[in-house]
Amino acid sequence: MSEQMETAGEVQAERRLNMIEAINEALDIMLTRDPDVIIMGEDVGYFGGVFRATAGLQAKHGKTRVFDTPISECGIIGVAVGMGAYGLRPVPEIQFADYIYPGLDQLISEAARLRYRSAGDYIAPLTVRSPFGGGIFGGQTHSQSPEALFTHVAGLKTVIPSTPHDAKGLLIAAIEDNDPVIFFEPKRIYNGPFSGYYDKPVEPWKKHPDSVVPEGYYKIPLGKARVVQEGEALTVLAYGTMVHVAEAVCKAKGVDAEILDLRTLVPLDIKAIEASVEKTGRCLIVHEATRTSGFGAELSALVTERCFYHLEAPVERVTGFDTPYPHSLEWAYFPGPVRIGEAIDKLLKD
Amino acid sequence: MADPARPSDSNRAPLALHVPEPKYRPGDQADFSHIDIGAPGDQPRPDEGIHPSQMAGLAYGLVRVLGDDNQAHGPWNPRLDPETLRAMLGHMALVRAFDERMFRGQRQGKTSFYMKCTGEEATSVAAAMALAGDDMVFPSYRQQGILIARGYPLIEMINQIYSNRADKLKGRQLPIMYSSRDHSFFSISGNLATQCPQAVGWAMASAIKGDSRIAATWVGEGSTAEGDFHSACTFAAVYNAPVILNVVNNQWAISSFSGFAGAERTTFAARGLGYGIAALRVDGNDALACYAATEWAANRARGNHGPTLIEYFTYRAEGHSTSDDPSGYRSAQEREEWPLGDPINRLKKHLIAIGEWDEERHAAMDLECAERVKATTKEAEKNGILGHGLHHPFHTMFEDVYEELPWHLEEQAEQAIRERIAKFGTERPFG
Repeated sequence: MSEQMETAGEVQAERRLNMIEAINEALDIMLTRDPDVIIMGEDVGYFGGVFRATAGLQAKHGKTRVFDTPISECGIIGVAVGMGAYGLRPVPEIQFADYIYPGLDQLISEAARLRYRSAGDYIAPLTVRSPFGGGIFGGQTHSQSPEALFTHVAGLKTVIPSTPHDAKGLLIAAIEDNDPVIFFEPKRIYNGPFSGYYDKPVEPWKKHPDSVVPEGYYKIPLGKARVVQEGEALTVLAYGTMVHVAEAVCKAKGVDAEILDLRTLVPLDIKAIEASVEKTGRCLIVHEATRTSGFGAELSALVTERCFYHLEAPVERVTGFDTPYPHSLEWAYFPGPVRIGEAIDKLLKD
Repeated sequence: MADPARPSDSNRAPLALHVPEPKYRPGDQADFSHIDIGAPGDQPRPDEGIHPSQMAGLAYGLVRVLGDDNQAHGPWNPRLDPETLRAMLGHMALVRAFDERMFRGQRQGKTSFYMKCTGEEATSVAAAMALAGDDMVFPSYRQQGILIARGYPLIEMINQIYSNRADKLKGRQLPIMYSSRDHSFFSISGNLATQCPQAVGWAMASAIKGDSRIAATWVGEGSTAEGDFHSACTFAAVYNAPVILNVVNNQWAISSFSGFAGAERTTFAARGLGYGIAALRVDGNDALACYAATEWAANRARGNHGPTLIEYFTYRAEGHSTSDDPSGYRSAQEREEWPLGDPINRLKKHLIAIGEWDEERHAAMDLECAERVKATTKEAEKNGILGHGLHHPFHTMFEDVYEELPWHLEEQAEQAIRERIAKFGTERPFG
């Protein structure tokens, strides 16, 4: 992890943050460093955001840098595209990923294609932040994981952090990136990593090593996966909340898994995936999103195409079911320890 | 279904769905005498700081300057000098000559597609001339007059239309979807009305930075039905953005008459009032009125008084595009019967009436425009026409998707070039 960090200044004292605090700090740093960075969205201004991610930023940086918007995702993204064309670096927030759809035309038809269609005349250097994922009894419209809608769009980058340390470094990198970035924040792990064992108490970030977040500016390059743990028995490809769930299940089962936190889905760190699967010969893909045409299908196809002769078992996918996200049956839907455990058993059968 | 057994239903008349229908279909004799166009000079020109609630008359009326006597009337007369008027006429004439030639080029198979703006030249040319050259414009696909008024080289327009090896957009875009940052002309998108909130965002950015530049956007009346138009109006009003929202009401959205965008109930200008946006409804075939309205709105925006919505009341004289045949859905007489005439003819007659122009000069200008476009077309054809092999190298197809090529695009670029070589033995069979 340390070799991927660009730190500015001296070695800092150890300091622990949760993911919200890390995101807030990244935004604060970028507002301070770059006068063209603008934050806007529903309730992000005076109130500081429904998840507190922008708390204090308006008071510190002013109303023309951090401001509330009308409830219009189409307007938020469309206006951000225009600001980007002017030369600003907007960081719009969509309150829940479930509500990003009214802004899809502006994201897919405009932001993603602006550089291409104008041959570089205009760019859309936006970073769309949005809380995503389930496991919080959010029901159908506060739990979705729509990343595959964005990974399918040429011109967009999709980033999903799984720790406070990565959230800060990846967000700074996303804001500085000159391409439009969809930055999905797994809200289930805003306050602490989630093991998937929902009947056990949740640990706060303060007890996790990746809550040590350096002060000041650093970034984690987009397109680079993180090796969560090295192993020989199988490769687990995961991102967001599911990194922690997979880790807990492998630990509980005593499996010597190599777990990759993909961090960026597009561009994907294909080299890290190939190297790991070629070593282990087995691959488990885990995501919360629905199964059919989910990002796991792309990962499965890539692993099969590129590592076929190293594979000792078919690639396994553990995902959410192909249903809308239910409320009362959340834990039957969520790809938890039982489903992941079964897939591991199947992969390691012979 | 009404249930007769329920007393509350029994006395109710059946509801009826209203589906709008244009007055004239193919074969009908068009008659627009029901349209109230008012008299030139009959609208007041308020101070640019006026509150939108005081603008109902201007939103439902029609700002007109040029009368049937070919003279300029009333407070909206922008009092332009003859040289500026002749330049305006020249730009509009060049746009029309360009449209004629490019339409023919499509019919000759030199390109796949074209869209004329015949009859609407004033709504882009005059408006562009009333803006500063570095005010940012977010056009739709029917404002080629802005590029011409801003001096964008004709050859670049034609190279783009031909998608040839000199096309600045590298053959990626459908013809007429121009882009020129140097001319503060935003990249045109095929997705309707998306440019509206973008223009508002650009204007907000200009205000955030304490700049003095403003933004203007153009949208057809049909596209005002898109959600983006509503978003744009809301954001423009909320943040008092220095933006001009132009609605070119040319009566037709492909085959759908303006009634399907709501024109049977209100004017498009009047929509602005509901948002708290200053609103002007203008004779879109009166170049002086178009200029004056934009000048007023630009002054308002620059004075931090906020956005303006301008409806240009005009008529789409030709088909929607080279893929469209209007004889399938509207009366062939409409163009001739349109009560606001033709914008080029009206400005020409005005210049003649004030002794600054004559038929001979006009004929010479038309000839010069046609010759200029023809010569430029020949020049552009040296760079290739669509499908004749003179295009950009294959690798450029993969560039600019992102700032840098990710591995998967590098791999796909290699594949495309491999396929090319397999077919022709060389990547660039046409040199």
